Amino acid sequence: MYEKNGEKYFIVDAHVALWDAREENQRNIHGKQFIDCFYDYHRNLSPESEVWDYDDYLYQGGERLMKDLFADGYVDHAIFQPAHLGEFYYKGFGQTDEASELAAEHPDKLTYNHHFDPRNGEQGLDQLRLDAEKYHLKGVKLYTAEWHGDSRGYKLDDPWAYRYFQACRELGIRNIHVHKGPTIRPLDRDAFDVADVDHVASDFTDLNFVVEHCGLPRLEDFCWIATQEPNVHAGLAVAMPFIHSRPKYFAQILGELLYWIGEDRIQFSSDYAIWTPRWLIESFVDFQIPDELGEYPQLTTDQKKKILGLNAAAMYDIPVPAELQVAAADETSVGPRGADEMVGA
Amino acid sequence: MDDQQRRDSAWHALDVVIDPELDEPITDLGFVRSLEVSADGAVSVHLRLPTSFCAPNFAYLMASDAKDVLTALEWTGSVTVELDDHHDSDIINTGLAADAGYRGTFRHEALDDLSELRETFLRKAHTAAMERCLTAILRCDREFDVSELGAVRLDALPADDITESLLRRRRSIGLSTEADDLVMVDHRGVGYAPDAVPMALRRARSTRISIDGNAHFCRGLLRTRYGDDAVGPRTAGDTPSDTGTFVPLSALTMPA
Repeated sequence: MYEKNGEKYFIVDAHVALWDAREENQRNIHGKQFIDCFYDYHRNLSPESEVWDYDDYLYQGGERLMKDLFADGYVDHAIFQPAHLGEFYYKGFGQTDEASELAAEHPDKLTYNHHFDPRNGEQGLDQLRLDAEKYHLKGVKLYTAEWHGDSRGYKLDDPWAYRYFQACRELGIRNIHVHKGPTIRPLDRDAFDVADVDHVASDFTDLNFVVEHCGLPRLEDFCWIATQEPNVHAGLAVAMPFIHSRPKYFAQILGELLYWIGEDRIQFSSDYAIWTPRWLIESFVDFQIPDELGEYPQLTTDQKKKILGLNAAAMYDIPVPAELQVAAADETSVGPRGADEMVGA
Repeated sequence: MDDQQRRDSAWHALDVVIDPELDEPITDLGFVRSLEVSADGAVSVHLRLPTSFCAPNFAYLMASDAKDVLTALEWTGSVTVELDDHHDSDIINTGLAADAGYRGTFRHEALDDLSELRETFLRKAHTAAMERCLTAILRCDREFDVSELGAVRLDALPADDITESLLRRRRSIGLSTEADDLVMVDHRGVGYAPDAVPMALRRARSTRISIDGNAHFCRGLLRTRYGDDAVGPRTAGDTPSDTGTFVPLSALTMPA
């Protein structure tokens, strides 16, 4: 929990990882390129005091994760969203055993989401059933740009992906987190919009689709789809640190999200270990829309509380002390929520 | 033509190669790592991008555009364009050297050629430019009724850089630039009824924010990746900045 000026915030970090990108786990040059890309994000967007050494960045381990998130970082609950990347790393990038064991040790603090790849066919479906039982899965993280043999990606509306979503429905895996972030793209199979999310969200209305990185760098496509699909949510992974390096841009992202999809469908995340949550939470609680962006209304404390934790807690049935709860906004399920005045940017 | 003139000519040619997603020239973005010309007209260019994982189709598009504009110059002989430090550098460089085209380069992974992708981003660039012009009107006159923005015509816009960039973008997608043309139109030139204007402006605004933000992100990443050298070797003092307002394009001409 984080407290500032008498206000208490229940914090859910909805997108964290326990990765191993050390040299001995790198299968090829792409394994190095991938972690270097993350490290560049980290160096580019972090305050100087929060920048880690490269070696620290390659691997953190469970003890450091617990410290960074819960001892230092105010986080009440965190959700693992692992990327497998088996073509780049011998043991995978996200460490399934270590992370899931840690989650099993601290069920009040950690939720383990796993991953699947529809290109694994029937065998992958069997594996998904085993994984769902083993890890008590409530959610999965999908990395549609994952390399797989000579394929550089898949779409959510591929027929095989539909079979997997049907299995999710049967297995009670309700929360589908989809990476739709900058870079790491396959070739033109990449959806340069988030059209495939649109299709599956319409066909699987009982599943939640959390678009990580809120569609950046194609925010407008995401907003347009999310506004029409009540089960599409915005994950703020990678968008959060702009709060430090590009506050005006961050304000505009947030202003658009609040206008198009509303305050009940936006989730905070540090994307640990790309960033640590402490400074992001402190900055967000202190953040306000700059005066010059008069077209956006000011952020309310209740909106911040929802984004920082209550929205993800509701999605994952994470218990929240009654005094930290905030009522849901009375918003339409589809269509823009914003009632701001249309004035200049 | 001496070496310096050839160099300037090549740089100038590269100014029209645009990162389609950022809507800015690769020369301003610092994507040109080196440029060498020789007395016999041979040109060698190295490009670099903000991460190893920049989209391969964008990477290919910029590299092949660069090769095309340099080849089109009268004085150039052999033109070599190479992309450095990309996860598909080898594939792209081999494809460029063989003039294999996008589909020839990426074979089964490439479902289409890149013209549709290019068109999509030209339209987005137009949408963003339109929003900048209309928002400028609202900034000047806070009482302006938003739904009347749909009736504003090109001759009502001030003669400034923002308007100029809108006109260039209109031309790039085949829209006319007559004085009495409506400003607020879709990519086919169709305007909006007054009650549809606020929503259309909102959508245009989110497009503009995306494009502006991408440019910030990529410039910052390029600097992180390559340090102080990230501005490119053009001329001392000609430093692209990632601060301040968003620079209007100096050009939005796409090579045919």
